[in-house]
Amino acid sequence: MSDIQDKPAGPVGNPPRRRFLKEVAGVAGGACLLSLGVGLYAKQASARPATALRPPGALAESDFLAACVRCGLCVRDCPYDTLKLAELGDGVATGTPYFTARDVACEMCEDIPCVVACPTAALDRGLTDIGKARMGLAVLIDHETCLNFLGLRCDVCYRVCPVIDKAITLERMHNPRSDRHAMLLPTVHSDYCTGCGKCEKSCVLPGEAAIKVLPVKLAQGSRAEHYRKGWEEKDAAGGSLIGDQIEMPVRGLEGKAYGDTRVGPGEGPATREPVQSPSGIDSGWKP
Amino acid sequence: MSAPANAIRAARARPGGEAVAVKGWLIAHKWLLLRRLSQFGILALFLAGPWFGLWIVKGNLSSSLTLGVLPLTDPYLLVQSLAAGTLPYREALLGAGIALAFYLLIGGRVYCSWVCPVNLVTDAAAWLRRRLGLKGGKIPSSDTRYWLLGFTLLAAFATGSLAWEWVNPVSMLHRGLIFGFGLAWGIVGGLFLYDLLIASRGWCGHVCPMGAFYSLLGATALIRVSADKRDACNDCMDCFAVCPEPQVIRPALKAAGQTHPVILDRNCTTCGRCVDVCGKDVFRITTRFDRSES
Repeated sequence: MSDIQDKPAGPVGNPPRRRFLKEVAGVAGGACLLSLGVGLYAKQASARPATALRPPGALAESDFLAACVRCGLCVRDCPYDTLKLAELGDGVATGTPYFTARDVACEMCEDIPCVVACPTAALDRGLTDIGKARMGLAVLIDHETCLNFLGLRCDVCYRVCPVIDKAITLERMHNPRSDRHAMLLPTVHSDYCTGCGKCEKSCVLPGEAAIKVLPVKLAQGSRAEHYRKGWEEKDAAGGSLIGDQIEMPVRGLEGKAYGDTRVGPGEGPATREPVQSPSGIDSGWKP
Repeated sequence: MSAPANAIRAARARPGGEAVAVKGWLIAHKWLLLRRLSQFGILALFLAGPWFGLWIVKGNLSSSLTLGVLPLTDPYLLVQSLAAGTLPYREALLGAGIALAFYLLIGGRVYCSWVCPVNLVTDAAAWLRRRLGLKGGKIPSSDTRYWLLGFTLLAAFATGSLAWEWVNPVSMLHRGLIFGFGLAWGIVGGLFLYDLLIASRGWCGHVCPMGAFYSLLGATALIRVSADKRDACNDCMDCFAVCPEPQVIRPALKAAGQTHPVILDRNCTTCGRCVDVCGKDVFRITTRFDRSES
């Protein structure tokens, strides 16, 4: 810029100034277009694939992308080679660290070396207890292929969970198919799940896992804060807030506790004789 | 045509031919070899860890940790990060401060010619362009880089992220060499083709906002090139042919706008190629205070 201005003005008119203005307009326009394109690309590409998980302690994605300088020091200090830097074409912001739980899960080191290594504040050093990490949230996403949902005892996701019996519990349910067995359904609890991905990594299904760690935003619904749970309010107040309710008799259910509509054997209208199967294991229960 | 005439013609066709004939190949490539040693040496320090388990330097040029104690951070990245609205930890600030002090002292664009891996790519493109005798193309104004520098910071501010780092070929190449490339080869290849076919010295000399940033640090550079034997210049133009920023030579060599022979332009990368290719030993690398002529 300056060297053009420093030149002595031409004898006729102001050609250097005109050329300067023209040049500036062209250059500024070009640079503006280029950075606008980059900005738009960055904006669009910041939609991270759901399976790409950030290291523990990572700031919220928008803050993370402002802070991370893509140096890879967290990758270097990860003792299990879980983390890697995104390459152009991975779908994750180029050069930022992530891991794919199905490939390698986070081992939840107690000293959290990746967070200690980060020179910028992209990984928050406020995280000192790995149990408080929220890399994502496990979701038992497929009830059709999960072996426990089929009534089998796989339990692998439950067994490998580093926060076993807190982050994943087995909830006993009646198995309506056999009608005499239980199903033990792996159930994730967001209060404890760190999103380490060990469950997804070790799911025994051949390709995709039935349990997956997703970004918390995708995995969890917003709490209905305005909705008051009557049973909690009742417990807190030590009794019903609206007083005792009038119990109206229900025809055909006299002599049963209020609200109990279960029909026991020999009760209710008789329809037909239950068919006894030769093996004797058919209870005759029909939904 | 006689054989010696052919030899002279061949030497003329290649910049530095005369210097090789006069000084010998090794002396005529001294600074180039030292520079390549520096570039590959720095790369080797970073690669010794992942390749051989020898962890001298961890990270990459964006931010690194040497021997577990010395943090270094690219000040341009830190500035982008600040523009995007975050305040990093002390390590990054300290690292950027050390790098900033070093380049302010030695010369901002020493980064470009002695450290940056893209220099290898654009030097190769410039060399091939000279060998193939490619002319023409469209060279953007050399102020483009300053505008782009401004707009990359603006983009960081507007998007709240390090927008330029999604495509920055400089950090991408270095990171790619150490951590894996993906499709980044395409961007580096594009850069090579751009410099080869479209704009001579286009990327490093006209477009790169990172180079522009380091240019801004070059005003106080201690290490500078001086044309102290400019009286011996025979106008062979070899230095202009090899210089990545040829406009910086004229004021010192031809006393245009200044009287002393020291190249003080902040865009001089102190690569020393002019020293190498000059058959008359016009240039030498010295300090900015050494304004003597001999």
